[in-house]
Amino acid sequence: MESCNCIEPQWPADELLMKYQYISDFFIALAYFSIPLELIYFVKKSAVFPYRWVLVQFGAFIVLCGATHLINLWTFNMHSRTVAIVMTTAKVLTAVVSCATALMLVHIIPDLLSVKTRELFLKNKAAELDREMGLIRTQEETGRHVRMLTHEIRSTLDRHTILKTTLVELGRTLALEECALWMPTRTGLELQLSYTLRQQNPVGYTVPIQLPVINQVFSSNHAVKISPNCPVARLRPLAGKYMPGEVVAVRVPLLHLSNFQINDWPELSTKRYALMVLMLPSDSARQWHVHELELVEVVADQVAVALSHAAILEESMRARDLLMQQNIALDSARREAETAIRARNDFLAVMNHEMRTPMHAIIALSSLLQETELTPEQRLMVETILKSSNLLATLINDVLDLSRLEDGSLQLQIGTFNLHAVFREVLNLIKPIASVKKLLVALNLAPDLPEYAVGDEKRLMQTLLNVVGNAVKFTKEGNISITGFVAKSESLRDSRAPEFFPVPIENHFYLRVQVKDSGSGISPQDIPNLFTKFAQNQAIALRNSSGSGLGLAICKRFVNLMEGHIWIESEGLGKGCTAIFIVKLGIPEHSNDSNLSFIPKMPVHGQTNFPGLKVLVMDENGVSRSVTKGLLLHLGCDVMTVSSVEECFRVVSHEHQVVFMDVCVPGIDGYEVAVHIHDKFTRRHERPLIVALTGSTDNLTKDNCMRVGMDGVILKPVSLEKMRSVLSDLLEHRVLFESM
Amino acid sequence: MGYVDDQFSQLHKLQDESSPDFVVEVASLFFDDAEKLINSMARALEQPCVDFKQVDSHVHQLKGSSSSIGALRVKNVCIAFRSFCDAQNREGCMRCLQQVSHEYTMLKSKLQTLFRMEQQILAAGGSVPLE
Repeated sequence: MESCNCIEPQWPADELLMKYQYISDFFIALAYFSIPLELIYFVKKSAVFPYRWVLVQFGAFIVLCGATHLINLWTFNMHSRTVAIVMTTAKVLTAVVSCATALMLVHIIPDLLSVKTRELFLKNKAAELDREMGLIRTQEETGRHVRMLTHEIRSTLDRHTILKTTLVELGRTLALEECALWMPTRTGLELQLSYTLRQQNPVGYTVPIQLPVINQVFSSNHAVKISPNCPVARLRPLAGKYMPGEVVAVRVPLLHLSNFQINDWPELSTKRYALMVLMLPSDSARQWHVHELELVEVVADQVAVALSHAAILEESMRARDLLMQQNIALDSARREAETAIRARNDFLAVMNHEMRTPMHAIIALSSLLQETELTPEQRLMVETILKSSNLLATLINDVLDLSRLEDGSLQLQIGTFNLHAVFREVLNLIKPIASVKKLLVALNLAPDLPEYAVGDEKRLMQTLLNVVGNAVKFTKEGNISITGFVAKSESLRDSRAPEFFPVPIENHFYLRVQVKDSGSGISPQDIPNLFTKFAQNQAIALRNSSGSGLGLAICKRFVNLMEGHIWIESEGLGKGCTAIFIVKLGIPEHSNDSNLSFIPKMPVHGQTNFPGLKVLVMDENGVSRSVTKGLLLHLGCDVMTVSSVEECFRVVSHEHQVVFMDVCVPGIDGYEVAVHIHDKFTRRHERPLIVALTGSTDNLTKDNCMRVGMDGVILKPVSLEKMRSVLSDLLEHRVLFESM
Repeated sequence: MGYVDDQFSQLHKLQDESSPDFVVEVASLFFDDAEKLINSMARALEQPCVDFKQVDSHVHQLKGSSSSIGALRVKNVCIAFRSFCDAQNREGCMRCLQQVSHEYTMLKSKLQTLFRMEQQILAAGGSVPLE
C-alpha cells in the first residue's frame, strides 16, 4: 500500500513491474474477498461461535482491504478525480475498520487463547475420569468374582468340596494355569500338597515349612509374588523354553474354634497356615494386577472362614454322636440301677417281714414267760433271752433304717423334748456298765444349753447312746466325759469338715456334744473308714458297735439328717479318743413347757388333774378298792365306790363319766354290769365310759371286755402316772385298750 | 427280795394334805382283809372235802389285795398257791397257806414298825422322804 498514492512515480514506468503489481493486487483483492466468504460459510456450518459481530467486523475489514486493493487497480493509469475520491474513501474506511479491529483483537485474542487452555484441561479431566472408570469397573468385576467365589465356597460345608471349589473358581476367574493348595502336616514341620486344579491326583509332595519364601508368605496377609522356581511352585515339569508365568502365593489361616475372638481377627503366631499358590499361564506375558491380588487375598480369607465352619460342624457332629452314645449308656445304666433298687427293696421287705415275725414271737413269748412263776435261775435266763432278742430286734431295725436312710426315705420325727433329760437317760443307761468296768462317767452340760429342744428325740438319743456306748466299750480304765453345749459359729467350722457350712438361723441352735474317753484310741489312718459301714479293719470292727459295722454309719446318717456333722479325733493308739458331733435343733415355743416337766415320757397333751370328774369304782376287794379310790382322789376326781355288782346297778347314773370296774373276779359279773349299763343308757353321750381293771394278761379277758362293749381295759397294778395318762387318753379318745 | 415293791411307793405318792394317813389306812384295811381271808382259807382247808374253788377265790382276793398294797412276797406266794388250788393239791395248799401266813405276819410287823417310826419323826417336827 505504500506504493498506493496518486503521485506519478519518479522513475520511468516499468511496464513489467506495473503488470506484476496489477496482477498481485488483483489476487490480493480476490483473496481478501474470499476469506470472509469462507469464514461465513464455515461459521454457518458450526453450531457454536460466540463472536459473530467480531466476525462481521473482521469481514468488513477484510472486504474494505480487498476493495482498496481493487480500487488500486485503477490508479496505475491516469485516473479521474472520482476514482481518487473513491480510493480515498475506501482507504479512510479501511483505516478506521482496521484500527477498530486491531483494538478489538486485543480483547478477543486472550479469550480465544484461554478457550484453548480450557479445552486442554477438559481433555485431561476426561482422560482421568476414563481411567477411574476403568478402575471402578475392574473393582466391581473383582467384587462380583469374589461374591461368586464365596457363594460357591460357602454353599457347602464339606471341607474337600470347599477347597476344590475354591481352586476351580479361582482358576476360572483369573484364568490360571495352575492353582495348588499346600496343607501343613500333622507334625507341623512340612507342607503337603493336598489339592491342585489341573492334576487329578496329587502325589504327596512335601516341602519343609521353614523355607524362607514360605516364611515370607506366612508373615504377611497379602498375596506375595514368588519366584516360579521355588519348590512350592514347581508343580509340573517345565515346558522347556517357555517363560513360566508369574506365581503368587498367599497364606490361608487355618482357624480352630478356640481361636475365635469376637472383635479381632486373630493374629496369633501359633496359628497354622496353608499355602495357596497361583500360577498365571506361561508365556502369556500376563502380569498380576493389583485387583487380582486383592481378589486372591479376599478369597483366601473367605476360604479360611469356610474351612473353620466346616471344622466346627464336624466337631459338633462328632460331639453329638458321642453324646447320643453316652445317653444310651446312661439310660441302660439307670434302668439297671432301678432294677437293682427294686430287687433290693423287695428283698428287704420280705426279709424284714420274715425276720420280724419270729422275733416278735420270741420277744412276746419271753415277756409273757417273764410274767409267770419262775425260779430265779429261770428268770435270769428269760431276762437274758429277752435282752438278746431285743438287741437282735434293734439290729434288724437298724438294717432297715440304714437302707431307708440310704434311700433318703427316712424322715425325722420332730417333736419337742427335754434335751437335758435325754442326756440324763443316756447316762443312766450307761452307768451300770461303766460302774462294772470301774469307769468314771462325767456329764457336763453348758448353762446356756436350752432345756427343751425341737428335734427327733429318739434318734438323737440313739446317736448319743451309740457314741457313748462305744466310748465305754473301748475304754478299759479311766474316765469318760460327756460335754454338751451350744456351738457358736466360729467353733462350728472345723478344719476337718471343710464341706460343713452351718448357717445360724433364727429359732435354731447347734448342739455340740463331745465324748472323750481314755481308751485304746485309733490310729489316724483308720479314722476316715470309721463311718463306712461294714469296713473290715480289725480296729474298726472293735470300734463299731455290735461288730456289725453299722452303728457309726447309722449315727453319721442321722447326724446328717439333722443337718450336722460327726467326726472322731484321736491322737493315736492308746491315747484315747474324742467323738464330736454337731446337730441342728430347734428352739421350742415357750407356751407348752409346763406340761412337759411333769411327764418327760408322756405325750405332750394331757391333763394333770381332772377336777370334778365323776367316777364310779366297783371293786369287791376292799384294799384294791381303797387304793384305786386314793389314786383317783389324788387326781382330783369325785369318786364313789361300790363293792358289789348290785350296788353298782343301783348307783350308776348318767352323771358318772367313767366307771372303773375290777374284773379280776372269776365270775362274769363285771361283764353283766357293762351290758346293763349299755342297756340303761342308750344314747352314747349319756353313757359313762366303762373301763375294766384286771390283773390278767390274757387275750380272753380283753376280748370279753371288748365284746361286752367296754371302752377300755387297764392292767393292774396301776401307778399314778398310768392312771393319769389313762384318764387323759380316755377322755380325749373315748377308748383305751392297753396293749397286753 | 424286798417285802414291798414299787406299788408301795406309789401309795405314798397318793398321800397328801387331803389324806395325810392314806397309806396307814390302806395298810390297816389290808391287815384286816388278809387276816379274815387267811382264817377262811384255813377253815376251808381243814374240811375233809376241800372246796378248792372257794379256797381259790380267797387266794385270788388275797392276791389282789396284796398287789394293791405292793406286798410283793405275799403276792408271789399267792400265785403259787393258786396253781396248787388248780391242781387240787391239798398238801401244797397247806404248805402255801403256812407260807402266806408267815409272810403276812412278817410284813405286818415290819409295816407297823415303819409307821411307828414315821409318826415319831413327824412328831419330832421332821419330814419323811417319799423315796
